[in-house]
Amino acid sequence: MGRGIKVKLVFVALGIAVLGLFLCDIAFGSVAISPRHIFDALWGGGTGSEGAIAPEVVRSIVMKIRLPRAVVALVAGASLAASGLQMQTLFRNPLAGPYVLGVSSGASLGVALFLLGMPVLGGSAGGEVVRNLGVAGAAWIGAAAILFMIMAVSARLKDIMTILILGMMVGSAAGALVELLQYLSPEGPLKSYVIWTMGSVANVTGQQLTIMIPVCVAGLVMSVMLIKPLNLLLLGENYARTMGMKVPAVRALIFASTTLLAGTVTAYCGPIGFLGIAVPHIARMIFADADHKVLMPASILAGSAMLLLCDVISQVPGYEATVPVNVVTALFGIPVVILVLVRNRKIL
Amino acid sequence: MEECRIYTVELEDLTLGYGERILFENASIGFGWGEFTALIGRNGTGKSTLLRTIAGLARPISGRIRVEGRYLDKMSPRERASAIGFVSTEDVRVANLKVSDVVGLGRAPYTNWLGSLTDTDREVVHRSLELVGMTSFADAAVDRLSDGERQRVMIARALAQDTPIILLDEPTAFLDLPNRYQICLLLRELAHKEKKSIVFSTHDLSVALELCDNIAMIEGGRFFYGPADRLIADGTIQHLFDGTGLRFDPEAKNVQLVK
Repeated sequence: MGRGIKVKLVFVALGIAVLGLFLCDIAFGSVAISPRHIFDALWGGGTGSEGAIAPEVVRSIVMKIRLPRAVVALVAGASLAASGLQMQTLFRNPLAGPYVLGVSSGASLGVALFLLGMPVLGGSAGGEVVRNLGVAGAAWIGAAAILFMIMAVSARLKDIMTILILGMMVGSAAGALVELLQYLSPEGPLKSYVIWTMGSVANVTGQQLTIMIPVCVAGLVMSVMLIKPLNLLLLGENYARTMGMKVPAVRALIFASTTLLAGTVTAYCGPIGFLGIAVPHIARMIFADADHKVLMPASILAGSAMLLLCDVISQVPGYEATVPVNVVTALFGIPVVILVLVRNRKIL
Repeated sequence: MEECRIYTVELEDLTLGYGERILFENASIGFGWGEFTALIGRNGTGKSTLLRTIAGLARPISGRIRVEGRYLDKMSPRERASAIGFVSTEDVRVANLKVSDVVGLGRAPYTNWLGSLTDTDREVVHRSLELVGMTSFADAAVDRLSDGERQRVMIARALAQDTPIILLDEPTAFLDLPNRYQICLLLRELAHKEKKSIVFSTHDLSVALELCDNIAMIEGGRFFYGPADRLIADGTIQHLFDGTGLRFDPEAKNVQLVK
C-alpha cells in the first residue's frame, strides 16, 4: 500500500500547487496589491487603500479583474488538459491534442466566420448575450467539424503520422480561410479578432464566464465519467468491445466532451497552444502510470496549475503590458513535446 | 459420444465473408466444454474472421451463432463479455501500463462505472496471474515484457474476464518454438483443468496436431472438424497442401517435400 500513499501525497501536493498558483495569479498584475488587501477583498471585507488607490478600486480590481482571470485560467487549463488526454487515448497517439489535430483551428475558423463574417454580410453582431453565445456556438461547430473529420478518417487509416499530418493540413487550411476573411474585413471587427487570436485568459467578461464555467464543468464531469472506457481503449477498440464496452456510444461521448472543452476555451480565450498535448505527458512523468483513474485527475490539476503558472509569468512584473499567454504555453509545452519525440518510446 | 456433448459454441449454417468474397459457407459445428481446439487453414481462409465473428466483432453474412445455448445477436455487449473472452493479435505496449492493471481490465464487465476493483476482483486478478505463471510481474510495466510474457499477460486478462469460452487469434505467431509449446501447453491445461472451451487459430500444424483435442480446419471454402487423428487418417489434413509441392506425412505428423 506504500504506492497508494505516495500517489495520494503527490495529489495533495498538486492540489496545494494549484491553490498557491491561483492566489499568485490574483496577487500579481500591473498594479501591486499587498497580499493582506487581496485576502480582505476575497473574504468580502473592506480593504485599506493601496498607496494612491482608493479601497473600493482595490476591491474592484481584485474581484472584477484578478479573480475572474484566475478562475478562467483554472478552468481553461483543466479543460484543455482533459481534452488532450482523451484525444491521446482515443487516437492512441501521444502527439494528439486539440491544437495539433487542428481542433483549435477549427474553433478559430468558426469564431472568425462569426466575428468577421457577420459584419461583412451586413448582419449586426447583436447584443452581448447573443454575441457571446454566438462565439461559443461558432467555436463548437468549428471544433466539432474538424474533430468529426479526423475521427472519420482515423477509423479507416490507422497510421498515426498520417492523422497528425492531416490535422496540420486541416489546421493550415482553416488558417488560410481565416486570413482571407481578415483580408476582406473592415478594421473594427478585424482588431477584435486579432486580439482574440493572441490568446488571453484576461479578457473573459463576467457574462462569458456564466457560459464558460458550466459548459467546461459539464465537459470535465464527462471526462471523469469516461475514465473506465478510456482505460479499456488503452488495449484498443477490439479488446474494449469484447469486454462489453459500447464503442460507438463512448466515441460519441468523447467527441462531445472534447468539443465542448476545447471549443469553449478557444471561444473565449483564443487558441492556446501546446497545453492539451503537453500536460498529459507531464502527468505520466509525475505518476509513471497509464491508468486514467490517476491520469485524468492528475491532468486536470496539472493543467490548471500549468495555465495559472503561464498566466503569472505572462504578467512580467514591472511592465504595464502582458505577454500573450499563448507565447508562454508554447515555451513550456514545446520542450515537453520534443522530449516525448526524442525518447521515442511507444507511449500509447 | 458426439451427440451427448453439451456445446458451448454452436455455428448454425454459418456463412462468413467480407464484401463480395465468401470465405466459407453453411458451416454447422460446435465447440464443447473443457476442449482445446486449434483452428487451422491457409492465409485468407477466414480463421480470424470466424474468431472475430464469434467474439461479436464482425457479423456473419448468414447463419447464426449460439453461445451457451443463446443466440449471439440477442445478447447485450455486457452479456457477451461475460460469455466470451478474446485475445487478439494486437500488441499492447502502452508505456507505464502495469501488468496487474491490464489483467484488472478483464474485470470490466463486472466493475462499477469507474472500474474500481473490489477485493474479489483483486483475488481473481491474482489467481489469473498465478495460472499463467506471471505473479512476480504484477507491478511491471507491460511495455517492458518480452513477447512471450506479454502474451501470458493477455491470456491472464482473458482468464480474469471469467468466461466459459476463450478465443485466441494466433497467440503464438510472434513466439519462438519453446514459447509456442509453453503457451499451447498452458492453454491446454486451462481448457482441461479450468473447464474452459478454448479455440485458437494457428499456423503451427505440428503443435496443433500434437496438443489439441480437436482440430477445426477451413480449406477451399469448406469447414472440417474433428479429433486430430481422424482428420489425419481420412486425409483431410493433406488437403492443406494440395497443389503446393508439399506432402503431409500421416505417420510422422509433419510436412515433407514431394520429390
